[in-house]
Amino acid sequence: MGQAALLSGLESLGLGDRVLTDPAALAAFGSDALTAFHQRPEAVVLAACEDDVVQTVRFCHREGVPFVARGSGTSLSGGSVPVEGGIVIALNRLDRVVRVDPDARIAVVQPGVINLDVTAAAAPHGLLYAPDPSSQGVCSIGGNLAFNSGGAHCLKHGMTSNHVLGIRAVLPDGEIVEFGGGTTDPVGPDWVGMFCGSEGLFGIALEVTLRLVTLAGTARTALAVYPSLEAAGDAVARVVGAGLLPVAMEIMDALAMQAAEASVKPGYPAGAALLIVELEGEPEVVEADAAHLAELLDASGATEITVTEDVTERALIWKGRKSAFSAVGWLAPDYIVQDGVVPRTRLGEALAEIGRLSEEAEIRVANVFHAGDGNLHPLILFDGREDGAVVRAEELAAEILRLCVRLGGSITGEHGVGLEKRHFLELMFSPDDFALMHRLRAAVDPQGLANRGKMLEQAAA
Amino acid sequence: MTLALDTVEALQDAVREGPRVLPVGGGTKPAQSEPPSDDVVAVDVSGLRGIVDYDPAELTFTALAGTPVAEIDAALGEHGQYLPFDPPLAAAGATLGGVVAAGTSGSNAFRHGGVRDFVLGVRFVDGTGRLVAGGGRVVKNAAGFDLPKLMVGSAGRLGVIVQLSLKVFPRPRATTTLSFALESTQAALGVVAALGRSALDLDALDLEPPGRVLVRVGGDAALLDGRAARLAAAVAAPCERIDGPEDAALWREVGALGWVPAGSRAVRVGLTARDVAEVQAVLEPAGAPVRYSLGANAAWIAWPEDQDLSALDGVLSALGVAGMVLTGPSHRRLLGAPGGGAFADRIRAALDPDDRFPKD
Ligand SMILES: Cc1cc2nc3c(=O)[nH]c(=O)nc-3n(C[C@H](O)[C@H](O)[C@H](O)COP(=O)(O)OP(=O)(O)OC[C@H]3O[C@@H](n4cnc5c(N)ncnc54)[C@H](O)[C@@H]3O)c2cc1C
Ligand SMILES: Cc1cc2nc3c(=O)[nH]c(=O)nc-3n(C[C@H](O)[C@H](O)[C@H](O)COP(=O)(O)OP(=O)(O)OC[C@H]3O[C@@H](n4cnc5c(N)ncnc54)[C@H](O)[C@@H]3O)c2cc1C
Repeated sequence: MGQAALLSGLESLGLGDRVLTDPAALAAFGSDALTAFHQRPEAVVLAACEDDVVQTVRFCHREGVPFVARGSGTSLSGGSVPVEGGIVIALNRLDRVVRVDPDARIAVVQPGVINLDVTAAAAPHGLLYAPDPSSQGVCSIGGNLAFNSGGAHCLKHGMTSNHVLGIRAVLPDGEIVEFGGGTTDPVGPDWVGMFCGSEGLFGIALEVTLRLVTLAGTARTALAVYPSLEAAGDAVARVVGAGLLPVAMEIMDALAMQAAEASVKPGYPAGAALLIVELEGEPEVVEADAAHLAELLDASGATEITVTEDVTERALIWKGRKSAFSAVGWLAPDYIVQDGVVPRTRLGEALAEIGRLSEEAEIRVANVFHAGDGNLHPLILFDGREDGAVVRAEELAAEILRLCVRLGGSITGEHGVGLEKRHFLELMFSPDDFALMHRLRAAVDPQGLANRGKMLEQAAA
Repeated sequence: MTLALDTVEALQDAVREGPRVLPVGGGTKPAQSEPPSDDVVAVDVSGLRGIVDYDPAELTFTALAGTPVAEIDAALGEHGQYLPFDPPLAAAGATLGGVVAAGTSGSNAFRHGGVRDFVLGVRFVDGTGRLVAGGGRVVKNAAGFDLPKLMVGSAGRLGVIVQLSLKVFPRPRATTTLSFALESTQAALGVVAALGRSALDLDALDLEPPGRVLVRVGGDAALLDGRAARLAAAVAAPCERIDGPEDAALWREVGALGWVPAGSRAVRVGLTARDVAEVQAVLEPAGAPVRYSLGANAAWIAWPEDQDLSALDGVLSALGVAGMVLTGPSHRRLLGAPGGGAFADRIRAALDPDDRFPKD
């Protein structure tokens, strides 16, 4: 459909000034946090209510116009980039927490609600929304759901989909469906789990029921310094294997610490690698676990161990950790955030190999990641103005993913496949697996309109 | 008729041609696994058995679907680990595939979550006879559609599960149970809500109407007394402590549905505390015993066989929740409002385009 016809069609929906068509305004919706990809949409619909979304989707279905839902546009895999000839349905105005039921420990929210705002609404009841991507101050629940996003505290609490209990969604042909509800123990196939993490390929979530967890009685955060990244990685396997169940276990290397120091000044102890371990629970349990943890860290070769219960100090530790991605901007003009997973017993090995690859390629790599889950985030630093630098950085990023798969892991732990990793999926899945995924997509969206071009469709060679 | 198959190839052939098929594991839940009509043949997958890979330091394992849960539990137990979702009927021969396909979690899943929270990867034969895989073996993975979760609760209607990877947790070294006596179901629900919202880490939180609340705490033996005392102090009601073998026997009995009287069907319902009053209004006149588990997120109902299920079905539909008949004679497997709508229909059609599995 030509742009003029598309625009007049959208106009006829009565959306008024909620349809953006001005090229300058559209440009802002052409990419997400992975800035390597850009495609200007034909139009943007700034949905103000659920019905705006449904009417727009029905229009797209009638006219065969591809659409992409957009929450806050912080995807790191190109997930919210539109396709040529397509439109963006922006959901950030659907930002209402519909209700919080403290006795059932659930919150019902619109998809554009910012992750941290759920916790803000739950906090007066002594509750919180557990999944905490580092971008939690800006990313939306809809985006979290589409990517099954994770965060530091997902080690104990699980990912987004472990916290989504119910979904109302509009399918790509405009049909509205509901599944799940408020219970944590539903009957029948887990349709909610299937919709989560589907990267927007099955339609748009309109309302989401989230599970809330109680604020812990006590929490303690330990910082352990290691002489090498590999040693810190090995310590993680030791802690996990010993039967402790920390709520978070994160690693930062010297470069990542340096970046954090340059921005939010968390005052981390100096060293080649820092392991952050957080314990929470009833006071005497935390006390006993902390003693056990200190022994394990000591035995694993930590050169310095500090433990704090202080709320302000702990907040600063996490602020430093969560600022790391953006802070790396202090270290290099450009960087790629990689996201891969290895078995946590092989972390040390994986980190040593990444170090070797980095040296070999003469490209600096900073590491800051969810160690307890084996979820690596190597940040590949480069200067895009140098000849061939982007290509070399991308080659290194690809090599790291192949390493993850070789060690028995995955090409993405939480940032999704999006545009970026379409051709890496085949490292993990067989032609028959793909055939099924395509059949599933085609059954739900025969025209392939919802988030066309992502995850399953092969990149143009 | 039952076909016992112990190779994946034979299974694929059975799915590709001949009568429609329904997988059976341990057959502990006949209302779910009995072929619903004569043109469906039961395919016994209990021959696909064995632990493929278990790395205690990684806290994950991979096993064939027909592996008895009891065998897995024993292997995990040697390393102080367990399946935190408390699979019921382990002793009766339930299989890993059956537990995942039934999607049932026991009372002790309150602390860490249900089956869906622990399944990492799956291999299954879809309705076209292809062997397909989803997920992986690592604890975190966002690549591709989440087929492992889809298989949870699929009841053999979306594919025949061949292999599963799950994550596990350290087993609590000791446990103790407190039983509180409240004067009404309403008051007991208040206690359940208050404990659910408290900062206490509870392994199980069950309500037996009219007013008994059973709370289990697990962890380091040396710390249990102090934690139990704090728990007792948090509830203004008479309390009895149950320890040692009695504590173990109590929860074993719960997990085996031993309290369901002969002549009753066992029905599991997923709901929330808000729904309890209306469900009680149907159960009480019917004289149907019930236990609410997981902080009133699940109801286990013993519905008398001599009464038809329509009253129960009616209230579940009105509440918009679903139930599943586990045992006893029934011409239907699901009650209430199962949900999923057009999304469910389309996913089902993609997995089973030629109707090789029973519709219900
Ligand atoms: C500095 C920084 C730190 C980050 N840290 C983390 C981290 O720790 N962990 C982590 O997992 N991720 C992290 N991310 C990545 C990103 O924040 C997450 O992927 C997040 O969930 C995206 O949310 P969003 O609202 O920005 O979604 P968008 O980027 O707008 O969209 C993401 C995808 O979701 C789809 N989508 C959006 N809303 C809906 C809806 N309602 N229904 C269906 N599909 C929808 C979009 O079409 C798109 O495909 C980080 C990103 C940045 C920039
Ligand atoms: C007396 C009794 C008491 C029970 N008590 C409880 C309880 O307290 N709590 C609880 O949660 N559950 C309870 N159940 C349910 C039971 O524990 C679970 O459903 C059981 O784990 C199923 O395992 P199974 O191997 O026996 O499966 P089966 O009974 O053989 O099958 C169960 C379902 O799974 C499907 N299935 C089996 N194997 C596969 C496979 N490989 N691939 C795909 N689908 C498959 C079948 O088609 C069927 O729909 C009870 C059942 C009985 C009979």
